[in-house]
Order: sequence, then C-alpha cells, then structure tokens
Amino acid sequence: MNLTLKVWRQKNASDKGGFETYNVSDISPDMSFLEMFDVLNEQLVREGKDPVHFDHDCREGICGMCSMYINGKPHGPKDAITTCQLHMRSFNDGDTITVEPWRAAPFPIIKDLVTDRSSFDRIIQAGGYISVNTGGVPDANEIPIPKKVADEAMDAATCIGCGACVAACKNASAMLFVSAKVSQLALLPQGQVEKKSRVENMVAQMDDEGFGACTNTGACSAVCPKEISLTNIARLNREYFAAKSSSDNV
Amino acid sequence: MSWLIDSLTSSLGRKVLMALTGLFLILFLAVHLSGNLQLLKGDEGRQFNIYAEFMTSNPLIKVISIGNFFFILLHIVTSVILNRRNKKARPVGYAVSPTQSTWASRNMGVLGFLILIFLIIHLKGFWYEMKFGSVETTDYDAKDLYAVVKAAYSQLWYVAIYVVSMAVLAFHLSHGFQSAFQTFGLNHIKYSPIIKFVGAAFAIVVPALFALIPIWMFLNS
Ligand code: HEM
Ligand code: FES
Repeated sequence: MNLTLKVWRQKNASDKGGFETYNVSDISPDMSFLEMFDVLNEQLVREGKDPVHFDHDCREGICGMCSMYINGKPHGPKDAITTCQLHMRSFNDGDTITVEPWRAAPFPIIKDLVTDRSSFDRIIQAGGYISVNTGGVPDANEIPIPKKVADEAMDAATCIGCGACVAACKNASAMLFVSAKVSQLALLPQGQVEKKSRVENMVAQMDDEGFGACTNTGACSAVCPKEISLTNIARLNREYFAAKSSSDNV
Repeated sequence: MSWLIDSLTSSLGRKVLMALTGLFLILFLAVHLSGNLQLLKGDEGRQFNIYAEFMTSNPLIKVISIGNFFFILLHIVTSVILNRRNKKARPVGYAVSPTQSTWASRNMGVLGFLILIFLIIHLKGFWYEMKFGSVETTDYDAKDLYAVVKAAYSQLWYVAIYVVSMAVLAFHLSHGFQSAFQTFGLNHIKYSPIIKFVGAAFAIVVPALFALIPIWMFLNS
C-alpha cells in the first residue's frame, strides 16, 4: 500500500508545531499502525531527518501508552482497539491519513505525538489506598460478591488509562477515566472503607488538573478501546454527591 | 459550609445545577404550552386573555415566575462558566474534528445562545407589552393580549423566527432531557430506555405544538 501521512510535528511544549506531509510506500496491509510508523521513521532516519516521536510500549493493547488521534478519532477508525492493535488493512491504498496528538491542556505535548499524561497518575494518587489486611491469602470465596457485580467491577478495571476519552471529548473531560477508577473500587467490598474520601479527592484532583466538565455526549465511551460504559459516569455522579452530602470531610 | 460550596462549584456540581434548572425549565415549557394552546380556541382570545390576566396577577404565580427568571439566569450563567472551563481544557483544537457523538450534544452552547436570543425577542414582544406596554382592555376586564399576539403572528418574518427557534429548542431538548438524568446519576437498564423515549417525544411534540400556534394564527389572519 502507498499512503500519504499528514503528521503533527512539534519540537517541544513551547514550540507552535505544524503538520508535515510524508509519503510511505510498500506498506503491508498486515502491519500494525505503529509498524507503519516504524517504516516511516526508518525512512526519515535514512534521510537524516528527525524521526516522529510517538508513545508505545506493549504493542498489544494493554499498557495504554500508544496515543494517536487518527483521522478525527482516537486510536483510529476501528472500535474497541488501541492504535497498536490497528492494522493497515483498515485503510485503502492511496489514502491520506491525518495523525494528531491528544489535545488537552492537562496533557501537554512533550514532542510530536507524545503527550505528558501524568495528570492521570496524580488523579489515581489522590484516590489513595484501600484497607486490605496483609498476611495469608484469603479464601477465594470468603467474601460473597454477586457475579454481576464482580463483572461490572472487572469491566471498569479494564481501563488502561490511555486518555482516548479525554482526546475525543469536546470538553477534554476526564469523567470516563475517573468514573472507571472510582467504580472498580466502589463496587467491591474491599473498596468501601475509603469510598467517600476517594471519590471526593479524585474529583477535586480532576478539576485541579484542568480537565473540562462532562456534557454527556458519549464520545468518550464510543472511542474507548476497552468500551468503558457511560453507566460508570452516572455512578461517579451518584458516588460523588452521596459522599459530599454524608462524609465527615467539611 | 465550604463542603457545600465546593460541591456546587465542582465540575460535577455545576452540571447538577444545569440539570436542575434545565428540568425546571422543561416543566415550565409544558405548563406554558398548555396555557398557550388556548390561543387556538377560536373564541377571539377570550379564554386566553382571562388566563393571561390570572397569570399576571395571581401572587403564587408571581413567585413562580420570579423563580423561573432566576433559574433561567442560573442556567445561563452556569453554562457560561462551564463553557469557559471546557474551552480552557482544549486550547489547541484538532485539524479533523471528532464526530463520535450527536450533533446536538456537541452544540448545546450554540443552541442555548440561540434560545437566549429568541427569549429576548419573545419577552420583548409579549411579556414586556403585557406588563409595561399599552394593551387595550376588553369588556370582560382582562387586557387583550390576544390582539397583541394576533398582530405579531400576522407577520411572516415573526412567524419564521418562532418556527426556527422551536427547531433550535427541539435540538437542545433532544440532548438536554436525557442528559439531565445522567447528570443526576440515573442510568439504569430499566429506566434509561423510558427516559430516552420520553425525552425524544418531549423534544419533538412540545416544540412542534409551540410552532403550530404562530403558523395556525398566521394562516387564519
Ligand atoms: C427553555 C429553555 C431551556 C431549557 C428547557 C433547557 C434545558 C436544558 C437541559 C435539560 C440541559 C441538560 C443538563 C445536563 O446535561 O445535565 C441543558 C443543558 C445546557 N443548556 Fe439549556 N435549556 C434552556 C435554555 C438554555 C439557554 C438560554 C442557554 C444558554 C444561553 C442554555 C445553555 C445550555 C448549555 C450550554 C447546556 C449544556 C451544558 C453542559 O452539559 O455542558 N440553555 N439545557
Ligand atoms: S502500545 Fe500498549 S496499548 Fe498500545
């Protein structure tokens, strides 16, 4: 396949940046999108040019590092996959593909397509610990948890924190991410002890980082590689106001 | 008290204010429509005028009307605060805009602004006239607001503004109605389909009936 790539290039956070157009040829339809970028970068290195910087680690859809906004959609045209799981057969020969970084003030651009997503880490940190006794491993079925609740908690826990939700949201809101992280613990008995402070602190941190508010457009869930559901955002709203109105934190 | 202020000024709290005021306005729309449909009664406005006289003089209605103005103001002020926050969260936009949501949900601010312009025209035309203008009194001791409405709706451009504005309102409600429940945390496999259905029906039927009034009166003028 022969493709034209319009890629966002930006030297550093303070650089204005702009699009560069590149042509790549002989791309195999079986390559992943990142492998196609590897080909582009080898080409750039051969030409003595600076390769395009992009984030990646596992290349199998579990780390959440890869973050490309491809043709108007985080992680590209397919649903429920990350950029590293996207194959070139999803495109046509001769296509022009526009690749941009995640756009959000709390995700400042480090270089090209690489953004600093440590604001997510600070939200997780604000959530704090859960009280679990150390010592021997507890019996598997000691605490009864209905299968449905366990499934819901597990679904929320599949969030890999890639930030596609923020990237797709017209307000750059982190509600889907925060709601998944709050839900995975709020649903389970182990998460009950610190439940109120956790949601209060995580929401406060989310607002402090400068993410936008939620307009319930649903774009976040639509692009989420793990298909985190909007019911988590409803739960976050419930948990937050229940905590705010009943916790001892004045 | 700081916890209360914290809660209401957080991004989630401000959304709850949007949803509460929005739902109140939705309730108001339903009541307002039921009153206005009396314009179509074909009695030269007698029943409508008596109703309008009652609505402007009854003390309880006066309190509700002040509340209504306050809620509209709160809805608008909160939307401006949220909008500024949201714009600041994405200072540099995309070259290719994202389209993974409904058009209405992405344009609530623009739709709301158009509704505001309509509200100003609407209040100037009828509310202000009734309150401070010189409206003639009928022989049954009520101001003849019907005559004012009839005169306004005999002009095509005026009717056009109303019809277009109701389409704008329909889009605002098509997202707003169900969004308010999600903001309250009400998302449930049993109730969400009902909320979505009622919201869609409300967003179509209520603005359509509102738009029908000027069209009907124009055709009969
Ligand atoms: C009859 C008039 C109106 C009704 C019935 C109404 C109703 C609603 C409802 C129910 C919502 C959803 C709240 C939520 O998502 O939780 C909403 C959202 C919104 N309204 Fe209105 N509204 C009206 C007028 C206005 C006006 C005049 C403006 C602005 C000038 C406005 C701006 C907005 C904005 C920006 C949102 C989205 C807020 C967000 O989610 O970020 N609305 N409206
Ligand atoms: S590189 Fe790990 S999810 Fe894509």
